[in-house]
Amino acid sequence: MNKVLIIGEHDGKALNPATSKCVTCANTIPDADITIAVFGADTAKVAAQAAAVAGVKAVLRVDRPENEHPLAAIFAPQVAALAADYSHIFGPSTSFGKDLMPRVAALLGVAQVSDLMAVENAYRFRRPIYAGNAIITVEADASRKLVATVRVASFEAAATGGSAAIESKALTVALPSHTRYVGARSGSTDRPDLQTASRVVSGGRALGSAENFKMLFSLADKIGAAVGASRAAVDAGYAPNEMQVGQTGKIISPEMYIAVGISGAIQHLTGIKDARTIVAINKDAEAPIFEVADVGLVGDLFKIVPELEGMIGT
Amino acid sequence: MQKIMVCIKRVVDYNVRIRVKADSSGVMLDGVKMSVNPFDEIALEEALRIKERGSNIEVLAVSIGVADTQQQLRTALAMGADRAILVQTDAPVESLTAAQVFLALAKKENPDLIFLGKQAIDDDANQTGQMLAAIWERPQATYASKVEINGDKAAVTREVDAGLETIEVDLPAVITVDLRLNEPRYVKLPDIMKAKKKPLDVTSLDALGISAGQFLKTVKTEPPAQRQKGIMVKDVPELVGVLKKKGLI
Repeated sequence: MNKVLIIGEHDGKALNPATSKCVTCANTIPDADITIAVFGADTAKVAAQAAAVAGVKAVLRVDRPENEHPLAAIFAPQVAALAADYSHIFGPSTSFGKDLMPRVAALLGVAQVSDLMAVENAYRFRRPIYAGNAIITVEADASRKLVATVRVASFEAAATGGSAAIESKALTVALPSHTRYVGARSGSTDRPDLQTASRVVSGGRALGSAENFKMLFSLADKIGAAVGASRAAVDAGYAPNEMQVGQTGKIISPEMYIAVGISGAIQHLTGIKDARTIVAINKDAEAPIFEVADVGLVGDLFKIVPELEGMIGT
Repeated sequence: MQKIMVCIKRVVDYNVRIRVKADSSGVMLDGVKMSVNPFDEIALEEALRIKERGSNIEVLAVSIGVADTQQQLRTALAMGADRAILVQTDAPVESLTAAQVFLALAKKENPDLIFLGKQAIDDDANQTGQMLAAIWERPQATYASKVEINGDKAAVTREVDAGLETIEVDLPAVITVDLRLNEPRYVKLPDIMKAKKKPLDVTSLDALGISAGQFLKTVKTEPPAQRQKGIMVKDVPELVGVLKKKGLI
């Protein structure tokens, strides 16, 4: 049996869907026995959500005041302490998981497999390197614990309807005081979350200003989409960092991705290659985005976007 | 603040188009342009800016790799690092081994801060900084987009999925940097000449008492599945028609 421990990501109120995608990934390991651990100040609510994910055997709650904010230096020694009973320790390849899991791996003295995109067997996986320009198959030492982050764009969310047992764990791990949470500025909106949205409208430098990005928000709201941006648009200050899609931003897999005024640099394409349908709107017919788009339209985005919005839902 | 250590990796240049070998044994590296990992360049730039704001701060650039990695360390010296150390090895170095090497150097050099890029653009692993912080038993502030040093503390604003988060860490600490922290300076010719005279020490894994661990074996390297080029439409009504047919709107 392969005992898999998944570190649940949440904001205290809701379990991040990335966690459920980790469950889907873990389920592709033969003979997997899956536990989700949630760390927080009060995890009652998110633990209940984790217990409802189909395929999960058990949920561990680790509640203590120090766990209110997800600081890797605080969480890692606790995860390492829990790890004793498991062969595999997984986290999502989100900013939360990418920050935390290598610290856990190092405390356990083992390697980490980052951005696991497919499971071949319990210790053999596929993952992207060079911004997705090559895919490697790696084999890990089966005599050691395996720490991995799961590339969430490669897996669907698991179904709900499970009823795993929830257990509170009191860990007597000494925690460092050298790292303190100060605050956050989140761009939270009513729009769907970019990482997990089924539709995404994304803009590039051709938008020309933050003001012009409003056009994309308007289109996105019409079709219930999240809004993303290319690195060029974020660097130019047209959109905040959390909207960046690509190698160094978010890697996403929506049903539909509408790229507006995005030329399609390889680093951007890395972030969208798992999208079901890519729609590209660009004035340059030679733009590389058209090489990967399922539907392309050459033209002036400032005319096309309003016209498209006008024609949808009529 | 007296000393900042910056860890640098030699990687295939950002602009090189990566090709996978026909026999699936790896990617083609022969004759390919090599550079400082772009995120590490940003890390070094930040260290240099802190040095320029303070007084008497030494910036030490360190790397692990083949003999030619001296080229990247010379670039770091030309940018403004005071001194460099290469831990020379031909063996592949996994993230945990890299962290162990940097820990050994940190124990010798006692830096107040260690900067690294958040990830290297070759293996995209995004691990070394966090692993180093863990085994050094010091704080980590990953994905930094703003760093403020206040005495023996640093306030670091981090790029996270939800937006920006600020944490405070006690020094010494490990900071890994994100894209928007700064724009690295261009190296001028006189600086390249000056860099040739700066000290660059070469040591080995053996001298540091480290054996390169191999936990992960790469058994195959393949090109990614390619997306097929789709159709072009001539106007918005046709686009809407196609999307409706696909059931997307």
